[in-house]
Amino acid sequence: MSDFPATLSARAGGMLRAPRKSALFAAMAALICLVGVAQSWSLALAILNLCLISAIMTLGVNIQWGYAGLFNAGVMGFAALGGLAGVLVSMPPVRPAWQAGGAGVVLALAAALVTIVAAVLVHRRIRQRGYRKLAVALVVVAGCFAARALFDPAVRAIEAVDPSVTGYLGGFGLPIVFSWFVGGALAAGAAWGAGKISLGLRADYLAIATLGISEIIVAFLKYEEWLSRGVKNVFGLPRPVPYEVDLQNAVWFQEWAATLGVSQVDLSSIVVKLCYAALFALVLVVLMWLSEAALRAPWGRMMRAIRDNETAAEAMGKDVTARHLQVFVLGSAVIGIAGAMLATLDGQFTPTTYHPLRFTFLIWVMVIVGGSGNNWGAVLGGFVVWYFWVEAEPMGLWLMDFITSPLAPDNPVRSHLMESAAHMRLVVMGLVLLLVLRFAPRGLIPEERR
Amino acid sequence: MEDVVNAVVLVTNFLVVPATAYGCQLALGALGVTLVYGVLRFSNFAHGEIMAFGAMVTILVTWLLQSWGVGFGPLPTALLALPAGMAVTAGLCLLMDRWVFRFYRRSKAPPVMLLVVSVGLMFVINGLIRFVIGPADRVFTDGTRFLLTVREFKALTGLSEGLAIKTTQTLSVVVAVVLVAALFWFLERTRTGKSMRAFSDNEDLALLSGVSPEKVVAVTWLIVGALAAVAGTLYGLDKSFKPFTFLSLLLPIFAAAIVGGLGNPLGAIVGGFVVAFSEVFLTYPYRKFLAYLGPEDWRPDGLVQFLSTDYKFAVSFVILVVVLLVKPTGVFSGKSS
Repeated sequence: MSDFPATLSARAGGMLRAPRKSALFAAMAALICLVGVAQSWSLALAILNLCLISAIMTLGVNIQWGYAGLFNAGVMGFAALGGLAGVLVSMPPVRPAWQAGGAGVVLALAAALVTIVAAVLVHRRIRQRGYRKLAVALVVVAGCFAARALFDPAVRAIEAVDPSVTGYLGGFGLPIVFSWFVGGALAAGAAWGAGKISLGLRADYLAIATLGISEIIVAFLKYEEWLSRGVKNVFGLPRPVPYEVDLQNAVWFQEWAATLGVSQVDLSSIVVKLCYAALFALVLVVLMWLSEAALRAPWGRMMRAIRDNETAAEAMGKDVTARHLQVFVLGSAVIGIAGAMLATLDGQFTPTTYHPLRFTFLIWVMVIVGGSGNNWGAVLGGFVVWYFWVEAEPMGLWLMDFITSPLAPDNPVRSHLMESAAHMRLVVMGLVLLLVLRFAPRGLIPEERR
Repeated sequence: MEDVVNAVVLVTNFLVVPATAYGCQLALGALGVTLVYGVLRFSNFAHGEIMAFGAMVTILVTWLLQSWGVGFGPLPTALLALPAGMAVTAGLCLLMDRWVFRFYRRSKAPPVMLLVVSVGLMFVINGLIRFVIGPADRVFTDGTRFLLTVREFKALTGLSEGLAIKTTQTLSVVVAVVLVAALFWFLERTRTGKSMRAFSDNEDLALLSGVSPEKVVAVTWLIVGALAAVAGTLYGLDKSFKPFTFLSLLLPIFAAAIVGGLGNPLGAIVGGFVVAFSEVFLTYPYRKFLAYLGPEDWRPDGLVQFLSTDYKFAVSFVILVVVLLVKPTGVFSGKSS
């Protein structure tokens, strides 16, 4: 991969352009303020919060793509695992469900674990080739049947416990902020598995394997109701910030609203969103600092060396596959953290909302537009693309209305165009991706030359 | 004895017939992926959407024909519209190549760049499809629904299990066989086909021997577009057309292409059937089947289903993983680098 485009052009681009970076971020801030003035401040802050989360996800993808040239087509799955972490950490445990089937599920998982260990042991012990595969297959099949025999009745029992309200095991009842760590860990685990299988082979295989694993993760979350309540969704995840109603009932808050001269409802919604924004910004700053430090360190130099010329790096004694696995796991962990933060912000977990176009490929557009290989670029890309993704709908409607204004309001062509305007943003995002790749492959903030 | 026959008929009806039709559709899809891979050397993530585009054009032409009162007797009108769908989709592929892929091919960009570009195209085509036809579910099959109905079969044989064969299933098989035969004839016998294979085997050597790369690439896209349109239409006829499903078809299609060895057309066909049969056989509840074979008045307790149908993609994924672990070049030894 000697001609990775970002570096090629970074060399041509030369020096660091600090003013450009500041100007672009200032312009972004102005755009968000514009929404505040033109639409509402509450909406502007809602956009800002999602921009922050998108920026963290983009940072994760940039670690994989920008540092190492790895194509992860499974962002959706890792983000969904983060969401699951939100449920598992924060929701209160459902005691009747644990009593009904907790032991069964734990035993089944233990059986699965024993099967894996046994399969590995058998694989090591038996030396004869023909028998080895047969024995491993027998162990795995037997283990599967044993685990299913324990698992199925337990799941039926759990899902029967008050299905309209619970019907799942619940979580650990801890503060939801912990789920950000757990989400990162879950995503890292899944990434390790996917990477172990597909890294070291062709670059395309990683893309296809991650595409597959993300589909399976989302299917798992949709249908394993004992764990995640599946399509019945989990509502009311506890918040790390105060509730609007509590604020409105507090005396100091009422006085504050009176002195500012704004309604309590508006102020409470803005304050809550600001609290979220502060938390998310803190995470972003920490991750940003870590990533920048890593890029400046010898480790970053090694990653660039591997990305720009794998063969040469290998000849220098670098274990390319192991470094790729490492960077892939790290990037996925960051995506998992962002996924958990998203569930925190939404206050609910709805597996059906995980759609690859929104969660995998949109994040890709963010990375490419922002500037692959540059963390600042990735963050800016997350902001810009999310902003236009959200604002494209009103803009698209307005544009369609304008274009079709010569037609009568009940004209079928016009009504079809108006109805389909929302789909145009996919076309626009695709075109943006293609145009940026073609004409400005370095993105908005190109990779710095170090 | 009759029980055994009933069990066989049951399996044929619910497993063999649907899996064969599905296998044909997957094989046609995987052929497109594998041809692009062989000649252009990247995994085309837009392939699912190209299939959806072909199906969409076919549906639009079908509606037009139906509005003129044109039908195809017992066969679906879509079959008449299919050539138009193939032509338009092939045109789309040529345009994609001219406007997008050619630049990266000429600048010798690494394959993963082409992969990212194909993701951009996926977005654009998906958006266009939803813009033109909308995200709703469309059923566009007409003509005779069944070639053989359960009742006819039962009357014919006197068995208690029935066997139904849908027209669309037969069509899938017939069309796939005809197309694959034509494709292999083209690849093996014609000069252009031979130069395509030479280009796929060793680009430099082919160029030295005077093969025109632009011509090979153009012909490849024409074939890929036509095959994708057929695969998408057949899948849509057999099930129904819904823009979302084609994105999730990408995984089984890639699995099929990798099982057979990326770049190997014969492997893609075999891979398509391997994936289709495993998917159907592993998600079928064998309860009734075992009841026929077991002793009198005995039934298994559970459904005897290896995997719930919700995890259909997991099957293709597991196949993919096993192939990657055991033989990354695929069963028929495609390219690994």
